[in-house]
Amino acid sequence: MSFSPQDMAALWLTLRLAGVTVLLLLVLGTPLAWWLSQSRCRFKTVIEAMVALPLVLPPTVLGFYLLLALGPNGPLGALSQALGSGSLAFTFTGLVIGSACYSLPFVVQPLQGAFTTIGRRPLEVAATLRASKLDCFFTVVIPLARNGFLTAIVLGFAHTLGEFGVVLMIGGNIPGLTQVISIAIYDHVETLQYVEAHLLSGMLLALSFSILMAVYMLNRRFSVVHP
Amino acid sequence: MTIQAAFYLQRRNFVLDVDMELPLEGVTALFGPSGCGKTSLLRAMAGLERCRGRLRLGEQCWQDDGYFMPTYKRELGYVFQEASLFAHLSVQGNLEYGWKRLPPAARTVAQADVIDWLGLAPLLKHRASELSGGQRQRVAIGRALLTSPRLLLLDEPLSALDRQAKREILPLLEGLAARTRVPIFYVTHAPEEVERLADRVVFMRDGQIRHIDSLRQALSRPDSPLFVDEGAVSIIEGTVGESLPDGRTPFTFNGLCLWLVKPLRQPVTRARLRILASDVSLSLHPLPDVSILNQLALTIIRVYPAREGRVLVAGKLADGQPLLAEISAYSAVLLGLAEGQQVYALIKAVALLT
Repeated sequence: MSFSPQDMAALWLTLRLAGVTVLLLLVLGTPLAWWLSQSRCRFKTVIEAMVALPLVLPPTVLGFYLLLALGPNGPLGALSQALGSGSLAFTFTGLVIGSACYSLPFVVQPLQGAFTTIGRRPLEVAATLRASKLDCFFTVVIPLARNGFLTAIVLGFAHTLGEFGVVLMIGGNIPGLTQVISIAIYDHVETLQYVEAHLLSGMLLALSFSILMAVYMLNRRFSVVHP
Repeated sequence: MTIQAAFYLQRRNFVLDVDMELPLEGVTALFGPSGCGKTSLLRAMAGLERCRGRLRLGEQCWQDDGYFMPTYKRELGYVFQEASLFAHLSVQGNLEYGWKRLPPAARTVAQADVIDWLGLAPLLKHRASELSGGQRQRVAIGRALLTSPRLLLLDEPLSALDRQAKREILPLLEGLAARTRVPIFYVTHAPEEVERLADRVVFMRDGQIRHIDSLRQALSRPDSPLFVDEGAVSIIEGTVGESLPDGRTPFTFNGLCLWLVKPLRQPVTRARLRILASDVSLSLHPLPDVSILNQLALTIIRVYPAREGRVLVAGKLADGQPLLAEISAYSAVLLGLAEGQQVYALIKAVALLT
């Protein structure tokens, strides 16, 4: 028994989507989380609330607004069209943007927590040891926030793996192009193909479980070294 | 060369307003009760606390109106109250962190010297979490020193340590200024640390500098803030010699000698002897038949008015060094102590400051 080519495509697409999304979120989320952890700006709470919004908002609501924004008449879609690459709705790029919004809090919040835990002192020490702010960030903050990064990567990745509503709204269900694994499972169940649904679901379950196991084991090992 | 510092910092319920110019050499203690602004002043000097002000080291400007040199560009070393070692680095990594960031030509302090002097060789591979408090503070001192600083700022480096660790670090701090010739600013609220380390004292209170004295001046005021805890103290500088088989160790200064009975852990050469005024008795004649080891001729300079039945007598030893004695007012009257009189100071419990 094995996966059909279409299921394989969905699986590959899902992994690719999750990987690209996490990378994008690390690049964008790290500075954002750092700013949130350091700033005493009045608008900080507004930004924090916006970052947390995907936690409570139904994915369909988020997907609906994203669809409008990414579509040919939306601001992002129009921008993309002006640059000559067509509307973003129902494309992989669109999916990445949608997933990034959806998984944003799962990356930003662990990072912000880790940065806050470090406190001001190590930054001050680094400054007295001739390290510029950027130098200090890469040589002190990132190593000290390692567990936060690990958590952010895993949560961001795992959360994107299981995404359904947002993808369905903005990506549709185009096999090989925007069909992700959770939607493929939904399709199989709809058409009573329980064997295929079992296979994919079981695989996703095993994958998610092993990722989390690995993280907890790593965390434990590190925390023994670093009480 | 001098250091000029003026800062104005306003916080809730607190204003720091200082302006000072001091020689850029030796150990300057910033002394005062907690909350007096001494740590804020030190942080402002390091650029860790941003505030209005001016800071000049000789010709070099670190801060002025409209100019603020960021901390990482200031050639200073800073030792915090808690050692604050980087948890993700080994001792070696901590020591090298600042050192690696200096251009090779600017490295005037050799790693091997610092490691050897602070006894860090056996610890190099360890992580900060595996060290005792005293060991951590030693690493922090070494780490700061390895940035070849022009100015060393120490913020109560002993206050978070237990007695044993204090005893271990204090001699190192004494050697620090002498060995490295780096000017030191030392924040503390412990009179003993001032008496043992400082060349001059900046007395602070309520965010302001009350006065700046040399250590000797500071110790000559009977109402000195340094005397609040343990009463009046005299400091004598001299040389510790080899211990004799009978358990005595000579402490010589300018041809005079005091006998110490406390065995020294390590051979010290130059040292400061700290004598509590309450440990000094006075006699009109030398006493041949007493257990007190040390009897030194003393010329009385001043007898301060009695307080709570006791008087403080300031005198000078044969070599001119001042010595304070605290005796009961009754005895002072009985002996008829007066200025200019020649007496003998009986010093019982002479112990090297530890």
